[in-house]
Amino acid sequence: MGKDPQSSSRRTFYQRMIYGVSSLIAASLTIPAVGYLFPSRRKGDGQKGWTDAGDVSALPLNEPRELAFQRKRVDGWKTSTERSTAWVVRTERELIAFSPRCTHLGCGYHWETDSDRFVCPCHTSGFSMTGEVLEGPAPRPLDRFETRTEGNRLWLGGVRPISENGGQ
Amino acid sequence: MRDLIRRILDWVDHRTGFETAVKNFLYEDIPASSGWHQVFGSIALFLFFVQAFTGVLLAFNYAPQPGDAYHSLQYIVSEITGGRLIRGLHHWGSSLMVVVVGLHMIQVALWGAYKKPREATWILGVLLLLLVLAFGLTGYLLPWDNRAYWATVVTIQIAGLVPLFGEYILEFLGGAEGVGVSTFTRFYTLHVLMLPALTVLLMMLHIHLVRKHGVTPSPRAIGQPKKKFYPGQAFKDLMAFFAVFILLFVLAATVDVPLEGLADPSDSTYVPRPEWYFLFLFQTLKFFEGRWEVVGAVILPTLAVLALLAVPFLDRAKVKRIQQRTLAFAVVGLVLAGWLALTVAAFLTTPEPVESARETSPPAADWRFLTPVELAGRAYFQREKCAGCHNLAEGEPKMGPTLATVSHRKSAEWLMEHFKNPSEVVPGSPMPTMTISDDELTCLAAFVLKLTPGNATALEVVPDYAMRGAVIYHESQCASCHVVNGSGEESGPPLNGVGQRRTAQWLEDHFRDPQKFDPQSVMPPYDFPPDDMKAIVDYMKALPPASE
Repeated sequence: MGKDPQSSSRRTFYQRMIYGVSSLIAASLTIPAVGYLFPSRRKGDGQKGWTDAGDVSALPLNEPRELAFQRKRVDGWKTSTERSTAWVVRTERELIAFSPRCTHLGCGYHWETDSDRFVCPCHTSGFSMTGEVLEGPAPRPLDRFETRTEGNRLWLGGVRPISENGGQ
Repeated sequence: MRDLIRRILDWVDHRTGFETAVKNFLYEDIPASSGWHQVFGSIALFLFFVQAFTGVLLAFNYAPQPGDAYHSLQYIVSEITGGRLIRGLHHWGSSLMVVVVGLHMIQVALWGAYKKPREATWILGVLLLLLVLAFGLTGYLLPWDNRAYWATVVTIQIAGLVPLFGEYILEFLGGAEGVGVSTFTRFYTLHVLMLPALTVLLMMLHIHLVRKHGVTPSPRAIGQPKKKFYPGQAFKDLMAFFAVFILLFVLAATVDVPLEGLADPSDSTYVPRPEWYFLFLFQTLKFFEGRWEVVGAVILPTLAVLALLAVPFLDRAKVKRIQQRTLAFAVVGLVLAGWLALTVAAFLTTPEPVESARETSPPAADWRFLTPVELAGRAYFQREKCAGCHNLAEGEPKMGPTLATVSHRKSAEWLMEHFKNPSEVVPGSPMPTMTISDDELTCLAAFVLKLTPGNATALEVVPDYAMRGAVIYHESQCASCHVVNGSGEESGPPLNGVGQRRTAQWLEDHFRDPQKFDPQSVMPPYDFPPDDMKAIVDYMKALPPASE
């Protein structure tokens, strides 16, 4: 192979075409595949809109309660209504609704009246009534729902992580 | 740098022999006569990889359950980036695979490349052809649309015709109780687990044999110096891949693959058609009636496969130059002509989809021409929030079917059953059971049946007073004495036109005390609450005048 210059240049041409064309085919398959597997999605698309979380007129001052409600969820090709909860506290200043997931690794936490704090049983993170981290590995204060009240009813919007102004 | 890469490659090769194996493969000796006519086997291999790649991608977003399968596919093609393209590649790739495998077999048959010692290579090839067809057959069901469902009903029926084993085949395909969840799961498992594994195995054996016996040389090339597969023939193969790939890509990007309505086992008007490469079998079936059906459905296809398998044993003559293989050309030509004739005949006899029957029902251009029962149905459609999942007219796709395009194939009975038990009537339907009264369901069914693509858009907008008025009209059983828009009993005066003749005040007073206006009237007084009174009076006023 490739002894005289002509067949050697033909060989080079073949090789270049082989590399070029196979790269082209591979690219035209992988580029759509990447778009397909990592579709661009607006954040929070799965749970948009406001949800009625129930009547909060009986909510006592400074005593967190877990409210359960039905929430619409868009999950791939399915739109379903599922049970969801929020920890709600009425403080002197405001009505706060926390997302029920610990900000560490997403476990469910609960309020402990004795120690006056939210405690996550997974890795013993503790949070104050207004969500600040008191102990444990949690990296940020509890996430809050956007809230609005209509009469006695509490409406919840999307979940917003609280960073700098967490403790208020 | 180059040196380092070289050393790493040498290290890996020393431990795995990988590079040596690739080199052995690429620098395989092939006869001097090799050329463009021998690219088809390689293209088939290439297309197999394309199918595997796109198939795996589809599986990433596909829910293998009847009902969900349909909705997830709808989601793939309408919501996901590149989803439509990937489904298109997979769909058209399967058709191209059939074409390429066909061309590969024709090439081998014309050149006589199946002759001793390559009989086993040919037999493996025939088995691979059957696997390709099995892929097509099982994949056809997976979209779970009407086309998929009904074509598979036919497939299952044919499988049941097989003498002695029919029952077992049905059981194996999950079709003993008709096409349903078990059929779907079996087809899915065959399509994504068993057939790919079998195909890879047989392909490896096939390629192993091709390499063992070498590419068939033409008689003239025997004794000539051989050449290397790489880069000359590799280049030709790759150019062929490229040409096929461009064709495939253009098809996938430009021709929409149909996704019909959700599979509907009650739709007796649907005329199922198989994929184009099965049309010849479908046409053959028409020639055999009654108890002879098994001949067309099972015996002839089996004989054809046996004949294909027997080819290398029937033609045992010495290898000749292709120019001298007139008999081979004649046989291949005859088979192709027969196949083409049957396929064309099947195409020509395919009836147009049944669409015309719907045009005959009396038109209802907008809500004012609906009967009160239908309009009350429209009100219940609103109250029960049916629009959350169903469009009346084509629009932004929703979870359930667009009602105007499916309603003409349904009967009132079917709709009633479906409302009460959605998933029993349409397997896999995620629609919740409707818990409203039979009377209200009847109205709803009447409304749905009235929908056509022509009026559905107009019926999306109906004023609240009209719906409320119609519900009051219906619940007060006004139709037992009055006619509105041609519906109702005639013992009382028809009500079309009354709104033009009388004032709203007159109508209201008349409802409260009919005898005040006509002492002979047998109409009972209706003292509706103010809001209801306003709604029904406005509804009466809005009715179109009598046409006669």
